[in-house]
Formats: sequence, structure tokens, C-alpha cells
Amino acid sequence: VRIAGFIVLLLLAGLVAFVAWAWESAIDPAAPPAADAFDAAHIEKGARLSLLGNCASCHTAPGGRPFAGGLAMKTPFGTIYSTNITPEPETGIGRWSKEAFTRAMRNGVDRAGRHLYPAFPYDHFRLMTDDDIGAVYAYVMTREPVQAEAPKNDLPFPVNLRMAVAGWKLLFLDEPKPFQPDPARSAEWNRGAYLADGVAHCSSCHTPRNVFGAEKTKQYLAGGEAGDWHAPALNADAPAPAPWTADRLYAYLRFGMDDVHAVPAGPMQPVVRNLAGVPDEDVRALAVYIAGLNGRPDAELARRTEQVVANAKQKTAVAAPAAKQTDNGAQIYAAACASCHDAGRGTPGGALPLSLATSVHLPTPNNLIHIIRRGIHPPVGERGPWMPEFAGALTDQQLVSLVDYLRAYFGEKPAWRDVAGNVKELAEP
Amino acid sequence: MIALNVNGRTHNLDVDPATPLLYVLRDNLELNGAKFGCGLGQCGACTVMIDGRPALSCITPVSVVQNRPVRTIESLGTADKPGVLQRAFIEEQAAQCGYCIPGMMMRAQALLERNPSPSDDDIRRHMSPNLCRCGTHMRIVRAVKRAALALKGGK
Repeated sequence: VRIAGFIVLLLLAGLVAFVAWAWESAIDPAAPPAADAFDAAHIEKGARLSLLGNCASCHTAPGGRPFAGGLAMKTPFGTIYSTNITPEPETGIGRWSKEAFTRAMRNGVDRAGRHLYPAFPYDHFRLMTDDDIGAVYAYVMTREPVQAEAPKNDLPFPVNLRMAVAGWKLLFLDEPKPFQPDPARSAEWNRGAYLADGVAHCSSCHTPRNVFGAEKTKQYLAGGEAGDWHAPALNADAPAPAPWTADRLYAYLRFGMDDVHAVPAGPMQPVVRNLAGVPDEDVRALAVYIAGLNGRPDAELARRTEQVVANAKQKTAVAAPAAKQTDNGAQIYAAACASCHDAGRGTPGGALPLSLATSVHLPTPNNLIHIIRRGIHPPVGERGPWMPEFAGALTDQQLVSLVDYLRAYFGEKPAWRDVAGNVKELAEP
Repeated sequence: MIALNVNGRTHNLDVDPATPLLYVLRDNLELNGAKFGCGLGQCGACTVMIDGRPALSCITPVSVVQNRPVRTIESLGTADKPGVLQRAFIEEQAAQCGYCIPGMMMRAQALLERNPSPSDDDIRRHMSPNLCRCGTHMRIVRAVKRAALALKGGK
């Protein structure tokens, strides 16, 4: 009994120590900043950083006002709703001082002292400089205030306890430290690394996560998830058959199109759309840094691209006779897909030969299923790459045959195990 | 031979399996309601219903339809006896040149059969693949809303 009592005491002491450690005090409400409190150039800089950080994509509900929050984010732990980051004093962040805002960006703690869920990527934003965080603060504090209370998160015990997030931080988060440039690399590369790992938080989606939802840092940019889409690997294992050179990645990120790669779809579409408003040199820096991850010289990559494109051309040329086989998927391909994808026309006008399409070469068929069902549509009222939806045209069974055929014929990797299961699992558009 | 069920009638057709459903509807069955707009599935003028879901018939090979029932605008009513949705479009004067309207109606019909009380947002999202170059979208949204009310109220 004495030993049991001792253990209980020890546990209690541990709990008290943990709570004392995890306790964050509230930062006093500040008077909402005056309209002329910020310098125009600083606000403008914040606007560009906010585009790089894709802030509006998560902090805006479908059809809602920009930055007013309320977007439901489904995580393996439950549903988290994004918060209102307009400067509205009651439901937004109107009473947040710059100090409170900086603490949220670096340590994931809100003004009142509550730990924030890491769906808000403070594990990346902490890398940003004081001046950059200040610029984003200046930008959001000068947006139109919107009164909008975010819906309550739908999380089970114990994840619903904010203190649990402190435990998560204890396990998976180091002390924030500023970006360390690599002196052996160019200024452009370092700028790209700073943006990619900081405000742009690429690895939030492109790095796999462990069971606690923390990034597996040893598998940096090795392919992760964005909702039920696969976020392809960006490192040496990048699945696109034509390697990404800095020039090609720049074209993709800058213009949403590169002639030997698929166009942005799903969650990557708003990312690329936002990059249209970012300074050219920042997009170029991102491309240089990310493309550099494959670690091979540009000349070798260019040779490989030539080879892959030549193979793709040959493959599309023989696709038509192959499609005469009785296989259902081949027939559907020949009748429904080939007139664009197999017409020998490049983009724009024609569509990408599917042996070059990233979605055919991924570890999961999810992206391919999504794209066939929903098509690819530019945002309402804007121009952009486009593909019609086939959800109403094809039965689920036909979709499975088509996806299996595309993988077998145009892919180079083993068949996906249970396409029917994925088709069933993914929500109908 | 391909068997195709359209508006409740089964037709046996001697056509290339890769023929777009739209061509079969218009050329073989003389159901000229569904329109050829862009031929790329980009505009929605060719929209029909397959098994209750809206589908772009210009990019749907007839072979994939199989035994699923197809419905076209001709199933909704006639000039003398317009159906509820058609009446709503007339009452809202939702057509200008009218070329997109059969596709609009079939997409709207698919929505109303699945969701009898759609919000404005539901209607806009659902109808977004279909284009109207005359710009009657606002009236179309109102017509769909009117039809939903009429269907519920039995008006």
C-alpha cells in the first residue's frame, strides 16, 4: 500500500509539473490597431507571405468570407474547424497584439493561452523571421472584420483536451529557432528552403505523419496526405516519370502547367493559384530548392526527361490497338479518354499522355479516382487547365476497370491492391 | 447491337460502341433536346441523366451506359403539357437563346430528385458545370428554387 501510495504521489507530482510546464498565460487583449497603424509596404509584404502560406485556403469556409474561418478539416482524430482570423474583436483576432500573434505562429498558443492544434502549422511558421510574422500580422489586421464564430471542434477524449496538445508538443516539437542558412548553398536555394520549410509549409502535406499526426522528419518530403488526396514525394523518390528540373517546377508553380507533367489538381490547385500573386523570385527560389532535393545534375535530368517523353509518345501510339482488346478498362480508355489524352497534341489543346501523368504512378489510386470522377476545374470565373468530370458517366465498376487498366498499361509500378475499396471509400463529388 | 433504355423505352441500336451517347440520342433516336455545344464536356449543353445522375452525353461513349436508364429533356413534359421544372423555367423566363436550357434542366432535375430542398448554395454548386452564354444564370437559379417549392407544395 505504501508503494502504491508513493506511485500515486509520484504521478500526481508529475501531472502538476506537466501542467505547470504546459500552462500558458493569457496575453492581455489589445485595443484593435488603428487603420493607419501599419505601413502600406509592410501590409503588401504580408499579403504576399499570406499567399505563400495559403492562409485563406484553410481560414475560409466554402462560400464564406475570406479569413473568417469555419472550414471543416477532417483529421484522423476528428474534425477541426479553422478559426476566424479577421480583425473582428469578439470572434476574430481583433484584440490580439502582435506579441500574441507571434506566440501563436511560433508556439501554437492562442491569445487566451490555449494550446492550438497542429492542424495550424506552427511547427513551420515558427521558422519565419520577426519581420515576416509582423508583415502577416499587418496584413490580417487590415482585412475586413467579419463576425463569425467557428463551429466547435468535433474531437474525442483525450484529444479534445487542449492540454493534450501540450503533451504532443513535448514529444514532437523542439524550441523554436530561426532558419539556419546553409553557407555552402546559393542565396536563392536558401531563400527557397526558408520559404518551403517556413511559411509555405510544403511538408505539412508532402511528408508522411506518424500515428500522433506529427511529421516523420526522417522521411522529409517523401510523400504524404492532403485529406484523401495523396501528396506526392518531392525528394529523390518523386513519382513523376519525367524528373522535375528547377525550370519545369518553376513553370508548374508559376503557370500551373508544364508540358511533360500533370496540372495541379485537388488541394494543390489553390496553392498554385496563390503562387500567381507571389514575387517571381520567390517562386523560382521554391523551385530551385525543391527540385534540388533529387540531388542529380540538371544535364542528367534533362536526358532522362527526353527518354521518358520519347517512351510516352511510343506508348500512346500503340495504345489504340491495345484498347481493341476485350478488357473493359481498355475499351473505356479508347472511347472516353483517348480522344484527348492520346491525340498526339500537347497541352494546351490536347491532354497529357497518361504515361507522363503523376496520378498513374502514385502509391495510391486516390488522386486518379478523384480526377476521373470530378475532372479538373479552374476556380469559378477564372481560366485554367480543365478536364470534364466522368462521375455521372461511369459506374463504380467501370471506374475500377479503367483505373486498373491505366495503372497496368501506363504505370511502371505494381498494380494497386484494392481499387474497388478506394473507389467505395472516397466520397462522391 | 447495343440495347439502350431512354425515357423508359428500350432501343436496339447498331452503332459503334465508342459513339458518344449524344450522337445516338440525336441522330439515331431523333431526341434533339440534348444539344451539341462544345463536344468536350466543357459547357453542359449535352447534359442528360444516367441512372439518376447528371452526365455529359457528348463525352460518354454509348457502350458505358449499358442497362442504366437514360433520361432526356423529352421525359420532363411537352410544349402543351410542360412538367413542373419546365413550368418554373417558363415562369422565371429563365431562357434567352435557350440552347443551354435542356442541359440545365436535366442537371437541375438530378439535383431535385436527390435533394428536394436545395439551398441557393447547393443549386449554384450543383449547376456550376453548365454554362449559359446569354447570362441567365440568376434566373436559372430562381427557376430551380421555384420548381423545388412547387414540387414540395404540390403546386
